[in-house]
Amino acid sequence: MSVTQTEFRRSVLDPEAPAPGGLSDGRGGAADRRFAVYRNNVTVSLTDAMESAFPTVAKLIGPESFRSLARLALRAHPPRSPLMMEFGADFPAFLEGFEPLAHLGYLPDVARLDHAMRLSYHAADADPLPAAVQSMPPDQLATARLQLAPACRILRSRWPLHGIWRFNHEDGAPQPQARPEDVLIARPGYDPAPHLLPPGGAAFLTAAASAPLGNAYEAALTETPDFDLTALLSLLIGTGAITALE
Amino acid sequence: MLDRTFPNDLPALPGVGYKPQHYTSIIADPAPVGWLEIHAENYMGQGGRPLAQLRHLAERFPISVHGVGLSIGGEGRLDADHLARLRHLCDWLNPASFSEHLAWSTHDGAFLNDLLPLPYTDATLARVCDHIDAVHEALGRRMLLENPSSYLAFDESTWSETDFLREIARRTGCGLLLDVNNVFVSAVNLGMDARAYIAEFPLDQVGEIHLGGHDEDHDDAGRPLLIDSHGREVADPVWALLDEVLTLSGPRPALIEWDNDVPDWPVLAAEAGRAADALARVPA
Amino acid sequence: MKTTNTALIATAFAAATAFIGATTAATAAEQEKCFGVAMAGKNDCAAGPGTTCAGTSKVDYQGNAWKLVDKGTCETMMLPKMENGEERMGSLEALERDLPMEG
Repeated sequence: MSVTQTEFRRSVLDPEAPAPGGLSDGRGGAADRRFAVYRNNVTVSLTDAMESAFPTVAKLIGPESFRSLARLALRAHPPRSPLMMEFGADFPAFLEGFEPLAHLGYLPDVARLDHAMRLSYHAADADPLPAAVQSMPPDQLATARLQLAPACRILRSRWPLHGIWRFNHEDGAPQPQARPEDVLIARPGYDPAPHLLPPGGAAFLTAAASAPLGNAYEAALTETPDFDLTALLSLLIGTGAITALE
Repeated sequence: MLDRTFPNDLPALPGVGYKPQHYTSIIADPAPVGWLEIHAENYMGQGGRPLAQLRHLAERFPISVHGVGLSIGGEGRLDADHLARLRHLCDWLNPASFSEHLAWSTHDGAFLNDLLPLPYTDATLARVCDHIDAVHEALGRRMLLENPSSYLAFDESTWSETDFLREIARRTGCGLLLDVNNVFVSAVNLGMDARAYIAEFPLDQVGEIHLGGHDEDHDDAGRPLLIDSHGREVADPVWALLDEVLTLSGPRPALIEWDNDVPDWPVLAAEAGRAADALARVPA
Repeated sequence: MKTTNTALIATAFAAATAFIGATTAATAAEQEKCFGVAMAGKNDCAAGPGTTCAGTSKVDYQGNAWKLVDKGTCETMMLPKMENGEERMGSLEALERDLPMEG
């Protein structure tokens, strides 16, 4: 009797399923506990991977609750690539549809932030804005285009996403405030960090990805009439987020 | 043109599986470690600290690239994207060795993050050889194939593992990576004789040796069931088996694998020291 | 493009760059000096999962149920109601039920 990998895969991911037939302990005896070793290896290694991929979600609901949640998520959405650094892209959407935790509406956005932090960590290196660009003629700035470092990520949330992150990772951080917060992840060097974007900042950066600064400025003003460009630029320059202005 | 020269470029010294938390210790004083092994898949990002560390380590040590995600024993075709990533890494790093496993991990688009077993039949032999040919062609270098740790046996198998590996090496020209702990674990789990396995193993094809710790559990019948956990010191019977291997094969690059509950550097360096002692007992 | 916006952008750049000068983030070449590991428990957790070629004897594969086993920081994280009156923060409720598997 031959065992297909389709059958093996199905039984490995389903704890209720019997071990496939055609397997033995090498002496003609039952292989159930032996098959369970693979089932356990797959489940535990992927659960561990989820735990290290989503540290903030795990803190919010507690490590044991997180592990039983991760088991369900990884069986519904096993990794699609051998790059474990990318594992978990489906988890925010899984959380959106997970009814028992629907009352913690911020969890999917927190999962997006955890995932974005990891992608930032592994993103390409880039030199921040060379000093020479600071001397660009002022009248040319409005038509210039801004380029952010590959490690930068922008997340928009209707939850106080930055405050929730700080509350879980910084000693003595204050309670999150009841407001929507947008986040910029920047990585000066090798350690990504999330920063609170000033109101209108995400609209500016989103528009600036495909339009000159003048247009981005107008987009930000449309959303936030008192948009503070100086505050945003100070954040971008201070975190080495800008790699080109041309 | 595929370079099939043998042995590979790793020195016949102890190596360790590299863990980032040991970076500073290794740079300060690597003794007795002479080379490092990395898991290919952890260095397939675009940049950041992992690649910066690797760049600096590769200036100081021979590096062995050990893949854990290619699924060479898979029923489907090899993942072309993953082969391309391996090629990119090897072209950039020019490692002293590249190795992978006689196992599968991906099926139908799902990567299961474990080294899963395959039966040893004429059909699986042909498939594994095709896949290794594809690796040789993609990388332009000779790979080593590692023997698995087994927890169960397939009724349909018609080849012994040692004959299966010997035939793969003969057909494809690949070398072999002999994991001595896997031999011991499989022998206990399947009721085989580890010494007989070593005696039948094509040791002339071995370019690298692995050593790791295992845990002990029990099967349905209450017999010992060993788990290849890489979470503790190498067991004494495995060191004894290493001595037998080295007596037959001569000195070989010997790696300590410690992947779970990773200890501080001095503990890992002490394990590498035991491997150095074993190598020193063998005439070159 | 409105002239006032052009001027405002220029002013913002001038103000943002004035205080930064030589203290801007280091170049990639300078960063090479700090490739050692970040302080334990700090930012380097962003590395995320790695691979393994090892098995485990930590048994944890049973069950298709989600169980509230312990409590996390969402219990202590308080937030007043948002402007629209929606309760934005909730504590974990004692939920324990069998769930159908997806996919």
